[in-house]
Amino acid sequence: MSASEEQAVGAQDHAAEHHELPFWQRYIFSQDHKVIGLQYAFTALCFLLFGFCLMLIMRWQLAFPGRPVPIIGGLLGSANAPGGIMLPEFYNQLGAMHGTIMVFLAVVPLLVGAYGNYLVPLQIGAPDMAFPKLNMASYWCYLPGGLIMLASFFVPGGAANSGWTSYPPLSNIATSGQTWWLVGMIFLITSSLLGSVNFIVTIFQLRAEGLDFMRLPMFVWSQLVTSFLLLLAFPPLEAAGILQLMDRVAGTSFFMPSGLVVSGEVLEVAGGGNPLLWQHLFWFLAHPEVYVLILPAMGIVAEIIANNTRKPLWGYRPMVYSAVFLGFMSFIVWAHHMFLTGMGTAISSFFQTTTMIISVPSVVILSALLISLWGGSIRFNTPMLFALAFLPMFGIGGLTGLPLGLAPSDIHLHDTYYVIGHFHYVVAPGTIFAIFAGIYYWFPKITGRQMSERLGKLHFWPSLIFMNGIFMPMFVQGLAGVSRRLYDGGAQYSHAQGVLHWNAFMSMSAFGLLVAQIPFIINLFVSIRWGVKVGSNPWDATTLEWVAAPSPPVAHGNFPELPVVTRGPYEYSPPESDESFLPQNAVA
Amino acid sequence: MQIPYTVEPRPDTGLYNAKLGVWLFLASEVMLFGALFSALILLRTGATSWPHGYEVLNVPLATINTMVLITSSVSMVMSWAALRLGDFGKYRKWMGLTFLLGLIFMVIKTIEYAAKFEHHLYPSHDNFMATYFTLTGLHGLHVLGGMIVIAYLLGPGSKMWMTEPERYTNRVEVIGLYWHFVDLVWIFLFPTLYLL
Repeated sequence: MSASEEQAVGAQDHAAEHHELPFWQRYIFSQDHKVIGLQYAFTALCFLLFGFCLMLIMRWQLAFPGRPVPIIGGLLGSANAPGGIMLPEFYNQLGAMHGTIMVFLAVVPLLVGAYGNYLVPLQIGAPDMAFPKLNMASYWCYLPGGLIMLASFFVPGGAANSGWTSYPPLSNIATSGQTWWLVGMIFLITSSLLGSVNFIVTIFQLRAEGLDFMRLPMFVWSQLVTSFLLLLAFPPLEAAGILQLMDRVAGTSFFMPSGLVVSGEVLEVAGGGNPLLWQHLFWFLAHPEVYVLILPAMGIVAEIIANNTRKPLWGYRPMVYSAVFLGFMSFIVWAHHMFLTGMGTAISSFFQTTTMIISVPSVVILSALLISLWGGSIRFNTPMLFALAFLPMFGIGGLTGLPLGLAPSDIHLHDTYYVIGHFHYVVAPGTIFAIFAGIYYWFPKITGRQMSERLGKLHFWPSLIFMNGIFMPMFVQGLAGVSRRLYDGGAQYSHAQGVLHWNAFMSMSAFGLLVAQIPFIINLFVSIRWGVKVGSNPWDATTLEWVAAPSPPVAHGNFPELPVVTRGPYEYSPPESDESFLPQNAVA
Repeated sequence: MQIPYTVEPRPDTGLYNAKLGVWLFLASEVMLFGALFSALILLRTGATSWPHGYEVLNVPLATINTMVLITSSVSMVMSWAALRLGDFGKYRKWMGLTFLLGLIFMVIKTIEYAAKFEHHLYPSHDNFMATYFTLTGLHGLHVLGGMIVIAYLLGPGSKMWMTEPERYTNRVEVIGLYWHFVDLVWIFLFPTLYLL
């Protein structure tokens, strides 16, 4: 038995004993899944804000090209923005890093690293994750990966500037920031590998007595499928990253075609490589990654909707089967990102067919959540508002994806603002709203205090309006054919002139969105200290984290005694009982 | 707090935690090497010229290396079997032999690499050499990683045998699974790179 486990065993007997752990073991190199979850949450929220700020700088440039960036223009450096006026090269860096940071450093770590870590062991009645040391190592691979990404802004030539997709040959000949990007990605992939193995083992091995698979909360199911996606889809990107690193460092030509001419000169490389190889390997990860971004969000929303409608989820089993089917299908749709690469019509037909099939389970899940509202006595608290907003926002994001999944219409829409609008509707007012919903919902479990409802509503309504103000006009611009990577927002395009006036509107909405986050930040920090104290189950919820653990749960062990599960996860308003809900561990 | 099923298997899954963990890890490794093999196939089928491995690479040395690795897999199983029978002395001999065979593999690999560098055959020479160095290099790193764990289990890690013999045996089984996988990757690499 290792030293930490000896301490942990003691902690169960004497709940207070963990206080004797030194500071660095309690908060820095902690092996408690709750502390690691909060480390992930704090770090990833910082990255979320940082990635958002990168976007604000870009939005200024798009709305007012050639005008100096206000306030922080002087801090951007003369190499990036002389006199505060942004250079196109810097715009490209911001674009690449906004995507990378938001996907790999903010949203996925929040959904999996933070929510998964904190909630999965609690919801399955386990004392901790199966491998606490690996869990700690996972965070300590994530943080350096993130810091390497940030540091790359300061290397000569700046950060990676070939888009978050890093398509070669452009990325092969890009400045040294791209090498840093690759190294950072290898850290992040390692972190994700350690995490996903841990989650799957935890869910299979550490479920409480009586908790069989069809009694798992929807959130745990979504984490299980997500972990399989991360486990199996990330290695091909790691392979691609290794190959690109070899291309950049050892001078190989995996992605370099013969006779490539750059700036009027033929490159001195062996050649014979295939740039499309990167795209295949990249999207083999990045399409399952889309479902990594959405499945845990659906799980969070399912928990909150069941709780606040005071009735069981409508169609729990179909939702579970859909999530699993979604996971399988997500591995065979990747090339719908590549219809314009000249793959051939036969392959395009295959991938557009699978893409249409995968939309079915997504619609099943969304419909089930929608029908769950029917006949419920809905409590409109802040978590529920965010969860309810998720449904139409994700719906818009999903439905606008259909024309992109069909090759003929994708040819027109590919690489336009329409695409940006589509996936931001899924991730920003979709997933990020689910993340906010989850923060408001589980905050009392973490701190024992409730966040302010008034500030929460002040956060919700402006966020909803501004989100739509940013992303809805993108469909208009995209349908008009405005390309997504123009650093002047399309000012040079004659066919874009009719839709350019939307740029200022969208940018103002983005700045408004920043302002709308201020109540949230205040609420978060003030409530930790001064929030209203609540009991261990303020929402009258049924799942184990609420009914079997105190708020906050016991350090190193979670539960005063391990729960025994007797019923399903959503037994609200049971007809056979006078109670308004039956806890999962209620005595039968 | 004690994490359940670190030593004894969970009845309904029939596995202890680390065993399920290593199988999942190996699944992700299959995807890693699978992606690299796919890349090799795509590059080779699209190439205007691609040398036969046996014209460029040293087949006799690689054959010896194949034998070395297969033998090391056998000795790995023997060491685990000895441990299951409670014979720690025998286990140490077999595990030591496994480490030694891993070392021999790496030395032979180094000799091969050095010979290539002497003839100015670097990864940048062509895509055949590029895939050769990338794939065998990554495989070599995996062998090295396995050797480090074996060295730990034989050295400081062996104290666990005195306190928790079952858990120690599990650890040997887990590294054994990993070692067989690394062996298996070579079984695919050898014909693909050297013989075809």
